[in-house]
Amino acid sequence: MSGILDNFWSLLALKILFITGVMMTVSLVIIFAELKISAHMQSRVGPYFAGGRYGWAQPLADGLKFIQKEDLVPADADRPVFKFAPMVVLAGTLAVFVIVPFSPDLVVRNLDLGVFYALAAGSIGTVGVLMAGWSSANKYSLMGGLRAAAQLIAYELPLVLAVVGVVIQAGTMSMVGIVEAQAAPVFHLGDTAISLPYIFQGQFVGFIIFMIAALAELNRTPFDMPIAESELVMGYLTEYSGIRFTMFFLGEYAGIFAMSAIASTLFLGGYYFPGLDSGTFGPLVLMGKVGLLVFLIIWVRWTLPRLREDQLQSFAWKWLIPLALVNIAVTATFKVVF
Amino acid sequence: MTTADRQTLSMHHSEVQVSVELQTPDMTLNLGPQHPSTHGVLRLVAQVDGEVIKELEPVVGYMHRGYEKLAEVRTYPQITALVNRIDWVSGFANEIPFMVATERLMGIEVPERAQYIRLILTEMARISNHLVFLSSLPLELGAATPLMHALRERERVLDLIEGATGGRFHPNFNRIGGVKPAAGAGSTQKKVVQDLPQGFLEQTKSAMEYVRDVCADMVNLVLGNEIFMQRTKGVGIIPADKALAFGVSGPNLRASGVPFDLRKTDDYLPYSNFDFDVVTGSNGDCFDRYAVRLEEVVQASRIVDQAVEEIPAGDLQAKVPRIIKVPKGEIYVRAENPKGEMGYYIVSEGGRGPYRLKIRTASFSNLSVLSWLLKGQLVPDLIAILGSLDFVLGDVDR
Repeated sequence: MSGILDNFWSLLALKILFITGVMMTVSLVIIFAELKISAHMQSRVGPYFAGGRYGWAQPLADGLKFIQKEDLVPADADRPVFKFAPMVVLAGTLAVFVIVPFSPDLVVRNLDLGVFYALAAGSIGTVGVLMAGWSSANKYSLMGGLRAAAQLIAYELPLVLAVVGVVIQAGTMSMVGIVEAQAAPVFHLGDTAISLPYIFQGQFVGFIIFMIAALAELNRTPFDMPIAESELVMGYLTEYSGIRFTMFFLGEYAGIFAMSAIASTLFLGGYYFPGLDSGTFGPLVLMGKVGLLVFLIIWVRWTLPRLREDQLQSFAWKWLIPLALVNIAVTATFKVVF
Repeated sequence: MTTADRQTLSMHHSEVQVSVELQTPDMTLNLGPQHPSTHGVLRLVAQVDGEVIKELEPVVGYMHRGYEKLAEVRTYPQITALVNRIDWVSGFANEIPFMVATERLMGIEVPERAQYIRLILTEMARISNHLVFLSSLPLELGAATPLMHALRERERVLDLIEGATGGRFHPNFNRIGGVKPAAGAGSTQKKVVQDLPQGFLEQTKSAMEYVRDVCADMVNLVLGNEIFMQRTKGVGIIPADKALAFGVSGPNLRASGVPFDLRKTDDYLPYSNFDFDVVTGSNGDCFDRYAVRLEEVVQASRIVDQAVEEIPAGDLQAKVPRIIKVPKGEIYVRAENPKGEMGYYIVSEGGRGPYRLKIRTASFSNLSVLSWLLKGQLVPDLIAILGSLDFVLGDVDR
């Protein structure tokens, strides 16, 4: 056993397998959660038959169905780009998980520039979306792809700026370091040391900005203009079917997982929970926090209509970015003064 | 040098042609006839520059079923079954102007109870039509949940219509001279007493409560939503004079601030016995069109409530000959349908069927405003405007 863990390549293979397995499973769970939660919000029952109870196997059954379908490529499509695009989206999302710490030790690689890496890898997906939109030889796809690109430029900035506050406060860009900084006691109440996650330590505004920008980055309602099924049919997904559509679909939900994991690590204390041993309960604690955020994202989707592209842009440039800059200034001031 | 030449040249001498001006021609975007939000088979050929619409031409006729021609080879009672398929979202309301026109030509006085039943069911059709609209506009703006809430209450109304008439969408309930007796109530020769199903009136009242509840919900959830306001306020403004010039009618016209309602001015049904308001908007934008319809549902439920209270006893049918022949003459009768003004122009040569039937539908005239209205708008606004006009392709193409 130790032989396998010592060898670099076998360890790498193990890590990739682990991450892919976890990511796929969690994505399926999130898909199921979305089906059920949206159903109950709309006084429906949702999936009911697949798997016997509560329709728990519905995402699996859907996946199987998609795999069996013909892999259609439009005649005019740019074939290599068209086929490559879903892989870019999925790979970009997968790559984010390299730095997500599930416990102090259960992390693929504790990069010193973890936060920076996460944000950079997270935006690769948009390149895939743009590729899909361009190569489909479909006007709706093209418009969807361009909308996604415009959205990326507008929302990557507030996303990064919102994180800067946390980085200033923690003094590190390593994800594990940020969690440890949140685990450190802030003040003492009698004999017990009280530690607070950053959302309660002045980064509340940062958290809100981060979540809004994350919704835009994930193309989720109210920022789902790249897909906008009532305007652009299905946006950049219009021409995709079968397994390639599944990859986009999984990518979307894995993206939700990734963004929620990053947000809970940065703002909610990640795997740390007061009184619980991080080594043992870390993964569970993180999943609990991720679950909260995922519910929030699903809730927003089934509540709000979507904005218009120009309204989204003005919202980002006129509100979110100035607000994020103010947040940075205030955080920095407090850091220097106190 | 023509464009084609230039392209050929640039293909062969791509290195030399770097300085050639970049051409950005307009894109022709063909929305429909199959598109998720054109409510059927409307086709819009738009010249777009990016997402801005330069020119737009609606192409209709994909659902032309030739009802006007079909009516010429059918008898008057048979046409009843045709006309409620024109606008299937409010099927019952389509029958009324045709029936009234025929009855006026024949000089038949419809019993008051039948008129009240017609009125109740017409208003129910209005409610169900508007509830579909109230749920579909948010859906087009990306919010799926209001759909389920509004359609659930619409189902109560449809159940009642089904209980009384036997059909949810195509009731085919009106007879010349009155309404159809309930199933199993006796033969047509015998005097029939039973008409509405048992408990219909009480259930109607409770259904109206639910409808008003869901309207209050919609005010809170949709009308007060910040994003919904941003997407609809100031979007797709039809000024009152333009609306009148294009022949826009119904809630779309009233949203532009013109208090024109045939229920108040004409007497095809006894609306004068009831107390209700004509709802008008002020700006004529998508938001007003939504708000006007929302309030109209409440007003319609008020009318139904009063009608249920005051419905008189009496006959369901006037005395009509076994074979219906309409005397020579012509007539135009119009009615305030959920989607706007609907009228039938009947030319009779004295036979068992009309010599010519012209159907004036609201959706067709309302659509005529599109190419003027959508010029210079964005593609997302196009969807909002289309949704806010509330048309049905069956009503456009007939």
